[in-house]
Amino acid sequence: MLISLNWLKELVDISGLTTNELAEIITKTGIEVDGVYEPEDLPKNVVVGNVLSCEQHPNADKLSLCQVDVGEETLQIVCGAPNIRAGQKVAVAVPGAVLPGGFKIKKTKLRGEESSGMVCSLQELGVKEEDVPEAFVDGIFVFPEETEVGADAVQLLNLDDSIIELDVTPNRADALSMAGVAYETAAALDRSYELETPSYEEVKEKATDHVSVKIEDAEANPYYGAFVIKDVEVKESPLWLKNRLMAAGTRPINNVVDITNYVLLEYGQPLHAFDLDRFGSDKVVTRFAEEGEEIRTLDDKVRTLSSNHLVITNGEKAHAIAGVMGGADSEVQEDTTTILLEAAYFSPRVVREGAKDHELRSEASVRFEKGLDVNRVAQAGERACELFENYAGATILKGVAEEDHLDREEKEVRMETEQLNNRLGTDMSTDEVKDILRRLQFGYEEKKDVFDVQVPTRRFDITIFEDMLEEVARIYGYDRLPYTLPNSSQQAGGLTQAQHLKREVKTYLEGAGLSETITYSLTDKTAAEQMISPELKGEANGAIRLAMPMSEDHSHLRLSMLPELLRTHRYNTARQQQNLAYYELGKVFISEDEAHQEQPKEVVRAAGAVSGNWVSHLWQQEKKEVDFYVVKGIVEGLAERMGLTFTYVKGEVNGMHPGRTAIVHCEGETVGFMGQVHPRYQKDWDLKETYVFDLNMDLLLELYEKEETFAKIPKYPSVSRDIALVVEEEVSAGDIEATIREAGAPLIKQVKVFDVYQGEHMESGKKSLAFNLLYLDPERTLKDKEVEEAHKSILEAVASKHGASLRE
Amino acid sequence: MKERLQELETEALGKVEKSGTIDELKQVRVEYLGKKGPITEVLRGMGKLSKEERPVIGQLANDVREKISDAIDEKQTKLEDEALEEQLKEESIDVTLPGRPVQVGGPHLLTSIIEEIEDLFLGMGFEIKEGPEVETDYYNFEALNLPKGHPARDMQDTFYITEELLMRTHTSPVQARTMGQKNGTEPVKMICPGKVYRRDTDDATHSHQFTQIEGLLVDENVRMSDLKGVLQTFAQKMFGAEREIRLRPSFFPFTEPSVEMDISCKMCGGEGCSVCKGTGWIEILGAGMVHPNVLEMAGYDSEKYSGFAFGMGPERIAMLKHGIDDIRHFYTNDVRFLSQYHKA
Ligand SMILES: [Zn+2]
Repeated sequence: MLISLNWLKELVDISGLTTNELAEIITKTGIEVDGVYEPEDLPKNVVVGNVLSCEQHPNADKLSLCQVDVGEETLQIVCGAPNIRAGQKVAVAVPGAVLPGGFKIKKTKLRGEESSGMVCSLQELGVKEEDVPEAFVDGIFVFPEETEVGADAVQLLNLDDSIIELDVTPNRADALSMAGVAYETAAALDRSYELETPSYEEVKEKATDHVSVKIEDAEANPYYGAFVIKDVEVKESPLWLKNRLMAAGTRPINNVVDITNYVLLEYGQPLHAFDLDRFGSDKVVTRFAEEGEEIRTLDDKVRTLSSNHLVITNGEKAHAIAGVMGGADSEVQEDTTTILLEAAYFSPRVVREGAKDHELRSEASVRFEKGLDVNRVAQAGERACELFENYAGATILKGVAEEDHLDREEKEVRMETEQLNNRLGTDMSTDEVKDILRRLQFGYEEKKDVFDVQVPTRRFDITIFEDMLEEVARIYGYDRLPYTLPNSSQQAGGLTQAQHLKREVKTYLEGAGLSETITYSLTDKTAAEQMISPELKGEANGAIRLAMPMSEDHSHLRLSMLPELLRTHRYNTARQQQNLAYYELGKVFISEDEAHQEQPKEVVRAAGAVSGNWVSHLWQQEKKEVDFYVVKGIVEGLAERMGLTFTYVKGEVNGMHPGRTAIVHCEGETVGFMGQVHPRYQKDWDLKETYVFDLNMDLLLELYEKEETFAKIPKYPSVSRDIALVVEEEVSAGDIEATIREAGAPLIKQVKVFDVYQGEHMESGKKSLAFNLLYLDPERTLKDKEVEEAHKSILEAVASKHGASLRE
Repeated sequence: MKERLQELETEALGKVEKSGTIDELKQVRVEYLGKKGPITEVLRGMGKLSKEERPVIGQLANDVREKISDAIDEKQTKLEDEALEEQLKEESIDVTLPGRPVQVGGPHLLTSIIEEIEDLFLGMGFEIKEGPEVETDYYNFEALNLPKGHPARDMQDTFYITEELLMRTHTSPVQARTMGQKNGTEPVKMICPGKVYRRDTDDATHSHQFTQIEGLLVDENVRMSDLKGVLQTFAQKMFGAEREIRLRPSFFPFTEPSVEMDISCKMCGGEGCSVCKGTGWIEILGAGMVHPNVLEMAGYDSEKYSGFAFGMGPERIAMLKHGIDDIRHFYTNDVRFLSQYHKA
């Protein structure tokens, strides 16, 4: 809401404060100031002139040659505006004047004729085009006839006004009016303000002689008042009224529209004027629309209504969508003489529905939606009547035709001084509290420090003690609250084991060369359902879809983090970034019911993707591209960091290279997978050879929490033996290792592959695997014979299980 | 014999002098001082000498032996030094050539900011709580004093999955859940960081996914001045000891009174500049005293218990601290952006 300080200062004494000081006080006590606009770059030496004569320029079709009386002298001015006429009062920038933008006005010759000054449009004087009345958009501005010649045009046009823009929170709808802002400012500055009661002359003829009002649904429409105004002369509004509308960012139209808009700004109460002669009956009936009923609205659109839209009808036909927009058929026009003025209270919910369904949010609908002062509805109508009498030459019929179900009781809220102090940490006296209530203009009764506050209806947001607590606190001043620390029960604080472990995993992965990313949880359907870790069984029910996504790109909840991580690779690869190593710690969302009605299981995962060179030392020609075993090393390191042992089994995962993917197991459970991205996927995504891993952190944490025993440091020496085995090339090292461990138990402590050989001197289709075995007995020194026996049974086992023979 | 010894001495010292390598020097040693060397031979012929002459010649022979030996040792040290000098010269390298790179990663800027804030509140005795990102309508809205049809509950802002399920729009449901677990009797002192989602079009200031950290303290006799103290402690540790804080009225459905906290602008020191839009203050977070409806819904007696809550956006804090102008940077994961914030 834009607040004109020239207007505000007529309501409240704001003298002695700069605009910024005032803005600061308003912000600190109540309503956030979003912007302060001081008059800058004001036009200088622009005065009101009387156009004495206006003739065609002898040498130019589109120019006029005018004699303009500016008070002290008469100037000859060449003017290009199409709407200039003799007899008009206009804004003249006299020689020496400066217009916004530093544009200086000098005596000059235009097409051979002398021109001493310039007749100005409002835009040339710095008014925003959207605020300029339609009649003057394409030409000069014309002052009312009675305007004094030689007067300062800048002042007359209110261009020297300062504007404060307020960001009004939903609870402070009372501040969506000048009156509300005046009450607020008065409380903040401890100055006085009272909204004046309107007055006008009523004739004997009664409004109820002409119209009756009937409300069908009192909950949707608790109050409807119809004023009848006769002998209306539709014309331009007075300059002061136009100025105030323009300052508030509202374009002046004609006096009838302007007056209703003005009262909306002043009281915060929307009004609507119908042309009574075009209304088509003498009764107003408000009701919910029929399903499919139609109305042609002021914007000349035919709108189809539904049964949750409230309409104002003449008993048959809808003439307005309540609180949203009037109908075109009863619109006030140039020839209108009799007006039916609506001052009503519609329920916020009903107006919200109407405005939303028809996409017609307006200054009026917003105020209905946020709530109105029940005691100001009819009063706003009276204020409009007063203005119609003064500025439209109108006659106001006596009284108002109305139906009234409004509860106008003031709410009572109880509070105690001690209770206020306990909640705020302050030390206020009851007298201080009383003084705050006086500033707020809230009535109260006080007995022994207990207040019963009568909350004025304009502050319909206040209903409970905590609301009053806020009122007292903000006027007291938040900056006067002391700084204390909670003397609440002491609690140690600290990370849980899971939180601690997550940080450890991050630290490890970063140390291993991977950088953290954060990607989107919402992705497209294809990406959401790719590369799902086997233990999740995420394929079963598919990815969850949003009901109303903003775009298909972010429409499904991911079942794997890898596709988005790979999108990151793709993005960076496309930007000439060669060597990429990323990880993310985040959640995937597994639906456990086919219909996706239940909250999904959220699983925390650690996933990574690596491509490009792993080692790259240029001048030493040392270069190694990332491969399966680089990433496996990272995963093995992670297991070690967590004190766990992983085993790897070849497997298949959608989107992964079928020959280069390992399913990762730990303690008999599947905990994730790793391997190379499928070459087809790499090609489609313009990726280089990329290796990934994806581990279930929730499962690993459970396993981690189990493993807590201390393993003693061995006191006795171990015995080391090497063996080289020849096997068929399909036999995996992992399987042989498992067999060795089984057959060598309990003495075998470590099995390490140290050579893999295939090629020359080997039978084709065979390979040689060399292992280093470590035997240890923690209780005593091993005897050669025991080692020999264990070694022999290992050889027998690998021979029978894998057809392995000792390499010669 | 005396002459012979002196002759040997001159001859040997000459050879030592001439030796250019350690090997040559070794030969000299073997030649003159070895068991079959000429000095040994001279001594062997001593039997022919008189009793008086014997010790004199013996002494002389020992002197000569020692002199030659010393000369050899001295020469050897010299040659070794020269050889070492030569080796050092040969081994010299260009220390300005680049080293073999060690791959080092780093955290995402948002994680760094979140962990910094977490550590700050852990230090003040707060716990860290987490909760689901797919929430129920009840915990995301209703339990927070936002019943169905509440104007502040803009359906358009929320990613719904079903009528009852949605992507959480704030981390406050974690607070509601935590309070709910306490049976209305135990105090709560927690922060909840996490991802949240809004139905926005991504642009420089909006992101459909972003992070939030909210905090909650519920106990008997919690005062608004406690909120002010905790927030000041936070602000000064996070933004610098010379920062001032300011609370001003605001509105949130789940707190009453509600405030927004500003910190004095670091750029201009409160004078007003473009960063603070001329106000001298920068908005950091929203806070307030927990609304009695929220306490009651979680099972607390709002007459006995009170509390405060606050919420902030790590993206905004990161943007302020580092002068980042576009929120999308956090989720594009451009390596050139991420790596700028890897230093500890
Ligand atoms: Zn500043």
